[in-house]
Amino acid sequence: MIAVNLHIRGGRLIDPANGIDAHLDLYLKHGRVFAVGEKPDGFRIDKTISARGKIVCPGLIDLGVHLREPGEEHKGTICSEAEAAARGGITTLICMPNTDPVIDTPAVWELIRRRAKACGNARVLAIGALTKDLTGKQLAEMGALKQAGCVAVSNARKRMANTLVTRHALEYARTFDLPVILCSEDPHLKDGGCVHEGSIATRLGLPGIPSAAETVAVARDLALTEHTDSRSHFHALSTGRAIEMIRQARRGGARLSADVAIHQLFLLDTDVDGFSANCHVDPPFRTQTDRDILRQAVADGDIEVICSDHQPHEEDAKTAPFPLTAPGISGLETLLPLCLKLVEDGILDLPTAIARLTHGPAQALGLPLGRLDAGHSADICIFDPDHIWTLHPAGLHSSGKNTPFCNWEFRGKVTHTLFEGRITWNSES
Amino acid sequence: MSIEQLQTDEHGRLRHFLSIEGFRREQLLQILDTAESFAMLPGRQVKKVPLLRGKIITNLFFENSTRTRTTFELAAKLLSADVINFNIDVSATSKGETLLDTLRNIEAMHSDMFVVRHSASGAAHFIARHAAPGVSIINAGDGCHAHPTQAMLDMFTIRRYKGDFTPLRIAIVGDVQHSRVARSQIMALNILGVSEVRVIAPRTLLPADVRTLGVHVFHDLEQGLKDVDVVIMLRLQHERMDNALLPSAHEYFQLYGLTAERLEYAKPDAIVMHPGPINRGVEITSEVADGPQSVILQQVSYGIAIRMAVMSMALGNSSGEQGS
Repeated sequence: MIAVNLHIRGGRLIDPANGIDAHLDLYLKHGRVFAVGEKPDGFRIDKTISARGKIVCPGLIDLGVHLREPGEEHKGTICSEAEAAARGGITTLICMPNTDPVIDTPAVWELIRRRAKACGNARVLAIGALTKDLTGKQLAEMGALKQAGCVAVSNARKRMANTLVTRHALEYARTFDLPVILCSEDPHLKDGGCVHEGSIATRLGLPGIPSAAETVAVARDLALTEHTDSRSHFHALSTGRAIEMIRQARRGGARLSADVAIHQLFLLDTDVDGFSANCHVDPPFRTQTDRDILRQAVADGDIEVICSDHQPHEEDAKTAPFPLTAPGISGLETLLPLCLKLVEDGILDLPTAIARLTHGPAQALGLPLGRLDAGHSADICIFDPDHIWTLHPAGLHSSGKNTPFCNWEFRGKVTHTLFEGRITWNSES
Repeated sequence: MSIEQLQTDEHGRLRHFLSIEGFRREQLLQILDTAESFAMLPGRQVKKVPLLRGKIITNLFFENSTRTRTTFELAAKLLSADVINFNIDVSATSKGETLLDTLRNIEAMHSDMFVVRHSASGAAHFIARHAAPGVSIINAGDGCHAHPTQAMLDMFTIRRYKGDFTPLRIAIVGDVQHSRVARSQIMALNILGVSEVRVIAPRTLLPADVRTLGVHVFHDLEQGLKDVDVVIMLRLQHERMDNALLPSAHEYFQLYGLTAERLEYAKPDAIVMHPGPINRGVEITSEVADGPQSVILQQVSYGIAIRMAVMSMALGNSSGEQGS
């Protein structure tokens, strides 16, 4: 498809990577940003998008989504989820390796890459497996995965056989300067738990996951990060104590980054009350103290990435007694709206919120994305910050309708998404 | 929908009995009063009453239990209901049929009530939310969450022996962490306004933030038993030793086993209860279990009256006068 020359006119451009927050026009050519501000001489405009009253920002980068294809197409496909991403202003999906088969060989990644290219609604990048079949025993062929284009490696939430394997995996990944996405969790302390261990778990008789399941593992992984000089990225943290440890390790000079799933900045363990299966997430919703520390860390920059931790499920997966339901939230289409709620609530300013969704993840993984200076890919999200709407699960475009944010009122809605200069979503057409 | 809304109709009448949580004192007393009308008089059997004639009650047990299922079955039969028993091997359901599929299949047989036991906490709530309108759900135990009829028969026993709840001190001894019975008992006792509920156990057998349930915590059995009116012993499962929660049954008995000497710390007229089945020599000596203060067997027979009360109330006919 040949991209036309586009002019995005009259919007408030927020490009945190370049420190821009101003009313500036954008000129796009050949799928890239051609100029910012003044129209370059001789630039032929094929099409103009009016962004008056709207925010124009880099397309969002969602670190650590579960695309379900191959293997679990009944939960979602690359196409269905990429389309949902476009509606949510997301232009880059960085997918976890826990597909079936696992992304532990270039062949599986190649299959995903081709499928994503055919769908064309978003860039799909892969996190390769840290160990073969994610069993935590033998190292995956990380050298080949890197060559094939995987941008990081991870063992997802699958347990590692032991600390020595983790050490070697981090060291081997470091050989190729591959970032390692760590989902730090002690499987023994987790022990079949499904909610935060605390008064709610006690009252409902649900098996709890203590905060220590995360902090013990984060402490171990921080020590190994330091020892191996790994490029570690801590994914989907849930406890305040883990944030404090990461902050301290940073002060000591460790090279690491961290993210939090957007739903952890809103919901608490108490939301599980009444056995609400849509609030079954892993790691679990924790206490208000934890949430407040997470929010503060996102504001301060100790957490530089907010992700959706998108996990679409078919209805059946959530239709069972609480402990038997699958954990996870379909989050692509609520990522930006919830972040805007943080802005509305005064937790973050708008440029910071956008930075956590664009420049933050790009930096964490060293990707030349999430910025709109000339020459960069024209991945753009345009949203109307004043549009008020209510979420109905049926209105979600993802195959997964599993959201706890049903009937929440949001302010701010994506009107246009451009991926490589092509309009992949236009709410006005 | 909140738990309260789920359990009663718009007039506050019982629809489902899923957990003690959400009921008011008067509602629990009403269940006890109704059970009283069914309860056995000394030396006399409960008469069969025609209250639920024509109703079909299905026992839906996803977890083995001969004892509880039998008392529900007997209660239903004494109310003249027809009873169907489904013992569903959980391993079979894990081979593909979802709980909802199972439910729909059995619903097609037109039951008026499901008595449900399941190993997952929240299973009874789940079934209540998904059952056809007009079908009542009685929770016969879900995971570690609730076992409300057991708690109510314990309340019934306590009231029979002690009368007023308000001055009472109650001690619950043992594995509170894994006990749905203990959770329901603690809630019922607090709603009924007892003076104090104590739990006595090593830390490994107490859930996180257990105080938030409204209990005082003791780790020393003798201290905890001091001046209590009621001692409730919980069953100790042998797998607790395998999970490194306890070193041995021997040490548990040494520290938390109820012996005649230890019972002396309680009030002289204290009663000893146990939801059964008891492990003699693990949590309780035979001397105490069979002794004059033990009301363990009475609990079992009162269980039938309580289940008759709950079933008849939930199916909209509780005029139990004929039963007495």
